Parts: sequence; C-alpha cells; structure tokens
Amino acid sequence: MPIGDLAPEIAIIVAAVFALLFAALAPRRLQAGSAIIALAGIAVALALLLLQLGETRFTFSGTWALDGASLWARVMILLATGFCIMLSPDWFRTDPRHGEYYAILMLAALGAMTMAGAGDLLQLVIAVLLSSVTGYTLAAWHRDWALSVEAGMKYFLMGALANALLITGIVLILGLLGTSGYQDIAIALKLGKGLSPLLFVGFAMTITGVAFKLGAVPAHAWLPDVAEGAPVPSAAFLTVVPKIGAAIALARVVQLVPPEFMNLRELIAVLAVTTMTLGNLAALRQDDLRRLIGWSSVAQAGYLLMAITVLGLSPNALTALLAFVASYAIGNLAAFSVVAHLRGRTALGDYDGLAVRQPVAAAALVIAFLSLVGIPPTVGFFGKLTLFITTIEGGFLWLAVVAAANTVVSLYFYAHVMGRVYFGTPTGDVAVLGRLSGLAVWVAAIALLLSVIPVETALSVFDMSRLLPL
Amino acid sequence: MLTLAILIPFIGAMTLAFMPKIERETARIIAVGTSSLSFLLLLVVWAQFDTGAGAPAFQALTEIEWIPSLGVAWRVGVDGMSLALSLMSGVLFIACTAWPMENPERPRAYYAWFLFLEAVSLGLFLVLDLLIFYVFFDLSLVGMFFLIGRWGHEGSQRAAFKFFIYTLAGSLAILLAIIGLVLSVDPITFDMRALIEAQPLAGMDLRGGLILLGFVVGFAIKAPLFPVHTWLPPAHVMAPGPASAILAGVLLKMGTYGLVRIPFQMMRETFADYALPLAIIALASIIWGAVVALGQTDMKRRIAYTSINHMGYTVMGIAAAGALLNGSEGAREMALTGAVVEMVAHGLITGALFLIAGGFWTRSKTYELDAFGGLANVAPRMTVAAVIAAFASLGLPGLAGFVAEVQIFVGTFAVFPWIAAIGLLGILITAALFLRLLQQVFFGDLPKAREGFPDVGLREGTVLAALLSLVILIGVYPRWLLDLIGSASSAMIGG
Repeated sequence: MPIGDLAPEIAIIVAAVFALLFAALAPRRLQAGSAIIALAGIAVALALLLLQLGETRFTFSGTWALDGASLWARVMILLATGFCIMLSPDWFRTDPRHGEYYAILMLAALGAMTMAGAGDLLQLVIAVLLSSVTGYTLAAWHRDWALSVEAGMKYFLMGALANALLITGIVLILGLLGTSGYQDIAIALKLGKGLSPLLFVGFAMTITGVAFKLGAVPAHAWLPDVAEGAPVPSAAFLTVVPKIGAAIALARVVQLVPPEFMNLRELIAVLAVTTMTLGNLAALRQDDLRRLIGWSSVAQAGYLLMAITVLGLSPNALTALLAFVASYAIGNLAAFSVVAHLRGRTALGDYDGLAVRQPVAAAALVIAFLSLVGIPPTVGFFGKLTLFITTIEGGFLWLAVVAAANTVVSLYFYAHVMGRVYFGTPTGDVAVLGRLSGLAVWVAAIALLLSVIPVETALSVFDMSRLLPL
Repeated sequence: MLTLAILIPFIGAMTLAFMPKIERETARIIAVGTSSLSFLLLLVVWAQFDTGAGAPAFQALTEIEWIPSLGVAWRVGVDGMSLALSLMSGVLFIACTAWPMENPERPRAYYAWFLFLEAVSLGLFLVLDLLIFYVFFDLSLVGMFFLIGRWGHEGSQRAAFKFFIYTLAGSLAILLAIIGLVLSVDPITFDMRALIEAQPLAGMDLRGGLILLGFVVGFAIKAPLFPVHTWLPPAHVMAPGPASAILAGVLLKMGTYGLVRIPFQMMRETFADYALPLAIIALASIIWGAVVALGQTDMKRRIAYTSINHMGYTVMGIAAAGALLNGSEGAREMALTGAVVEMVAHGLITGALFLIAGGFWTRSKTYELDAFGGLANVAPRMTVAAVIAAFASLGLPGLAGFVAEVQIFVGTFAVFPWIAAIGLLGILITAALFLRLLQQVFFGDLPKAREGFPDVGLREGTVLAALLSLVILIGVYPRWLLDLIGSASSAMIGG
C-alpha cells in the first residue's frame, strides 16, 4: 500500500491537527494564526497533488482512484478552501473559538477530496459522512444566532435522511453484485450481470444520497437556508467545495453503468431539469440576496448534472464537467466574497445604489452574476459553452434547450440585483469587513475576468484527464 | 488595423472607467476623440479595400490563435457589407458621443459605456469567428442594459430588464444554433470563412431546419421582427436620445447582419427552403410596424415602430435574395444590396430622428405629439433637420431611404411579387404617418408653453448636419456606397 498516494490528504489532516492544537494553546488575539497553518497545509497539499499529475490508476486495493478528474477536482477544492480562509479572519474576529474553525474547515475539505477520489462505495459513504458532519458544524457555527442554528439543523436533518438513503442504496448494490469496488462493479455491469429493477433502485438511492452533497433535487432544500443562515465564509464553502467533490463522485457512480443498460442517464437528465427549473423559479421570488444565491446555486447544480447525463455518450463530457465546476466555483465564491466583505448584508433593499458607495464590491458582484448567467467574456460563459456543446453532442438537444430557457429565467433575478446595485438610490453608509476580505473581492473579480486567458490550457488539461473506472 | 479599431474605443472606455476626476467636457472630448480615431482607421481600411471583380471576399484579415481545441481564434476581416456597416456605426458613435448628454449625471461612466458599446459593435461587424461574434452579441446587451437603466427616463429600469431578458433569450437561441452548426463540421471550427466554404448542413432537412429556426428566432428578436418586437418600444421610449440612436442605428443591424452572415451565407440550401416563410414574417413586420406607428401619439414610440417597419424591408430583401440557389441573379443581388443599403440608411436616418426626439425631451420633457405645434416659427433649423430626416425615412427620391427601398422592392418583385406588392402598402402608411407628425409638430398653432422653444444649438446642429448630409449624399450620389456593398452581394449571390 503506497502511502505516498495519499500524501496530499495526509498533509491536510496534519494541518487540521496543528491548527486545532494551535487554537487550543494560543491566546485569543492570535487565533487567526490557525489560518496560516491551514493555508500552509493547503500549499503543501497542492504541491504534493501536482506530483500525481498524469497518474491514472486505482490504489489501496481499488478503494482510491488516482486520475485526472480527481486530481483537478482536488486542486479546485483546495483553492476554493484557501479562498474561503481568506474571508474568515475578518469575519470571525470576535469569535473566541475562531482558531478551531480552520481545523473543521480542513476536515470538511478533506471530506470533499475523498468524495472526488472514492473508488469504492464504502469509501464513498465515509467521504460523504466526513463532509456532512463537518458541514453541519460549519453551518451552525454561530450557535447564539437562531438563523445559523436553524441552517445547521436543516442541513443535518436533510443530511441524515440522505445519508440513510445512500447507505441503503449501497447495500442494495452490494447485495446484488456482491462487491463494492468500482472496478469489479464496472466489469460486472459491462457484461450485463445482475441487471434488475432492484439494482436500478439501488443506484437511484445512491445518486440521491450524493445529490444531497451536490444540492440537487430531491435533496436540495438545505442549500438556501445554509446560504442565508450560515456564517458567510461557511456558506461560501458549503455551496462550493462539497459540490466539487460530489460532482466527481456522482460522475464516477454514473460511469459504472454503461449507457445502454438501465435508464440512468435519463434519470439524471430528469433530475437536471427539475433541479435547474426549481432553483431558478424559487430564486425569482427571493428578497434576500443570500437566499437568492443559495437558490441560484441549486440551479447551477442542475446545469452541472447535464454533463453527467451525457457521460459516456459524448467524449467531452468530463471536460465540460470540470470546466463548468471550475467556472461555477469562481462565480459563486466571488458573489459570497462580496457578501462577506459587506458584513453579510443580505436584504435586497440594502443593495440599492451599492455602486455609488462601494464601486469595487458592486462591480465584483455584477461580474459574478454575469458569470453565473454565462455572459461572455466571463469564465462562466466558457463553462456553459462547453456544457451546451457536450450536451448537444451527446444527443440531449432538448436538455440544452431547457437549460437555455432556464438561463433566461435566471437572468431575471440576477439582472434584478444588478439593477438595484447600479440604478437604485443608496440609503446610508455601507460598512465593510476588513482589508483581507476586500482583497478577496479583488482576487475573485480579477479571476472571473482573467480566467479567459488560460481557458485553452484549462480545456486541454481537462481534455487529457480520465475518469476511473474506464 | 481592424483589431486596433476595436481596441481603441475599448481602451478609451477603460480609461474613462478607471481614471478618477475626469470632468464632463474632458470625458466627452476623450469619447469623441477615441471614436473618431477608430473611425479614421476604418477609413484607411476602406481606402485599401479592393472592390474589383476578382478581389477576395474578405480583406484586411488578421488571425490570432486563442482556443485551438475548440477551433476558436481571434479572426477579423471585412467584406463590403461589414465594412459599410462598421463605417456607419463609426459615424453614429461619433455623432452620439458629440451630442449633449440628456441627463447629465455621472458623465465618466456614461461615455465609458458608449465607448464600450462602440468597441463591441465594431467587433461584432468585424470578427470572422462565430464564437467571438456571439461574445460581442451578448456584450452589446450588457452595455445597452446599463445605458438604458442608468440614464433613461423615469421607469426606464423595467424597460431595460425587458430588453435584456428578451434579447438574451434570442441570443441563447443563437448560441444553440451556433453549436449545432459547428458540431456538423469535423474538426469543430468557429471560423466563419471555413463554414461558409463548407456549407455543412446541405442536405440535412430536420437538423438544418432546427438550426435555422434558432438563428431566425434569435436574430428576429434582435432586429426586431413581428411578433417578437415588443421589447423595442419601451426600450426606445425610456432610453436617452443618443442611446436610442445607437440602439436603432447599430444594435438592430446586428440582427439583420447576423441573418445575412450566418444562415444566409452558411446554410444556403436550408435558407432557400424557408425563405418564403421568412419573407411573410418580414411582410407582417412591415405592415404591423407601419400601422401601429400610425396609431402612436408619442413621437419616440412612433419612430420606434417605423424601425420595425424598416427592418421588415431589410429582411424581405434578404429573404428574396436567398430564396433561390440559381436563377434571377440580377434581381436577387439587387435585393441584397438594397437590404444592406437599407441597414446603412436606416442607421443614419433613424439615428438622426432619435437624436432630434432626444432634443425635444431635453427642451420640454415630453414626447407627446399633442404638446407641440407650429415649431417652424421658433425653431427653423430643427424643422429643416426633422423634415429631411422624416422624408428620408419615408423614402423620398433623392434621399438615402429611397435608394435602399427601390432596390429591395425591385429585387423582391422578381422573386416574391405578391409580397412585394403588399409591402408597398407599408411605404404609403409610413409616408402618411411622417407627414402627420411633421404637420402636428412644426406647423399649425404654436402652443403658449412652447413659445420659448430653443432652436438647435451649434453642437446639435453640427451633428445633425453631418448625419443628414450623408443621407443626402447617399441619395443623390450612391455610387460609392453601392460599389462597396455590391462587391459583397455579388460575391454572396454568385458564390
């Protein structure tokens, strides 16, 4: 068992432990030091990850997949986590338990990483549970604030149900096929062994369990509450990082089943349509910006499912999946960084005339939303473009048309916010968080615009990536 | 050269956006200066442009790799059509930035958005890559959204939303169609020249039809054609005068230009199959635009509806030109040339008309026709300008509109005689509505409230004189323009 294959994950655990120890020993004013430990851990893990470049194999007796998809997903997870850490010191400045936050954050990131790399159904369960348990804590971090506790509670209740479904589904698959390793399942299914309606039920339940982490129908209901109630750095983290891991995990599960057996692709397509439509329609009626971003994030999960739908039907599905996930992550993190920088202000009315008081934050928010709509030349455009191309190529033209219609609906609420920010009359001053969060806003806005430049490189490295089991 | 022409206004926009403490006058000078500079570059390109018979269709080409794995590259180049349209846009942008601001708030941002729109519009006409074409198509929405919403009249935000959402729906239809089109060539490429060469959908009935439908829906929304025109009147009424002029003069042309460049050129067979329905839609726009315009009591709404009517002529010409694959080349070429001339003429004429309407708003805060009368006595220069523009718009011989419309109708008669005959009704109605507008506003009794109505000032006068002298020049001596455009249309029809 080459322990080195897990080096990046081990680096994260070590960083989490050190961050926790530091938090326990350091005085209150130095609590932010844990953030530096966490960032150092991320840097080391990123460097170790790059050593795995080009690997495509299973390791640890087939429970852990090393491939391009998981590599890039883990890179994204770490970068996104690093960005969330940038938002945190200013936000939690007065929190006595500040330092521990980073330890939990690292463990949550680890959960997402293991989801991306899971090569065995049981490993998947452990990953989902690790990501969930830490996620509940992150959501309910402000334990004196009702909304935060409510967010954590809802997340937990939904999670308990979804995890139960996941485990039941896995038990069904395990019972019918006699194995939980992806390699063996893939071989069995390629030969058409064990096909039965019950197996379909097993896969459907497993998919539902992972859809919970993705924030997709039918287990999406926690997302708007978490976006609204969780501390903003947690909200940014929870609406992005677990999704990255879950997207790859779900893709892997779907890839186990050849397109010609069981209508799994059609099931995913239906989930995609319901998720995006529900997310966008619900976002239309929000007068709270954080809830609005939460619902929009549900809708984005729906778009993401389009790439999984055509997995195995279009050669570019994985490229599109990775490109879309990356573009979504940047866009959503940018939007939340603005909210965090503005001290979590959330009523839509408070955003009237923001452009006058805080031109940079306003511009960043508008660019983030334009990216989430998919307006060029923001990075979101390329995400959606590759997604549409691959969906049409995979023979799901109707799905692309529905997604286009959904984009129009989504423009309605995004443009509504943009309109308020730019055309509204400002009322009172706008308090901001601090210098670091201001920097984060700049970083995010520039990333949104400049990621147009490396888009060719990104697409070609994603193109070279593989998703195990082949 | 062309890349620079796109880049210069963009740099101007960035300068205005990020340099603090620029006064209104300075901002205006920067805006006029950069748009003139970019126009000069276009003039140089025009001077070098070869309209001879054996000349290549696209000239002044530049190509820079961008995303080779998707077949996307920065490709610019012009033919007679796109050069004529970009020159017209250049003129109009100079005119609109020179025109005084209607609502003098935040001038820096205002001029920055104008220059941004200029870069985007020129880019749209000059690029030869479908993906970048789409990028500019979408960006034009963003620019116009902010201009209408921020500097428009009371309640303009609703109009801006409607415009944004409506046209984004159209542009997504175009995006899906573009994807469908490029997926049918192997390897995938967004190069317009390669796609025109390949005619990738020849012989594919259903697929070609669907892709054509996507393009037609998208461009019809932008043009706009009946029945997807409803975003246009509110957007125009609420927008400040110069923004209306750009919207009508430049942005609407993106729809008709796209219709020619993409479905007409890249899928000839499919386009020919569906030319008749398209011509019928165009006819509906002609009649509907004219009749509804007649019923408007608000002068800006009235002009806005005549735009729908004029875009109807253009599309009718395009449909007639693309209706056949062989035969009646002369007539079809004439229809296409007429359609492109109509785009240029409509840009200049309607640009002038909207600027004049903007002048009315600045002076009296109303567009209601009833509120005016007898202005010929107090504002003779305004009267002359409005009369010329209105006559040009209704197609009086000797003015630019006539040159365009006569070619469209002559060409269409050869292909769709009945449609052309009914379409002539549109000209009659337009004549009536403009004459009544002039009569109401400039002649008759002068209302008490308008006795102090100021005539056009020096700056407004110069802008209008420049636009309208071009209109007259095209009307009496159209040869130079027809040569330029004709080189493109003969290549398209013959090729």
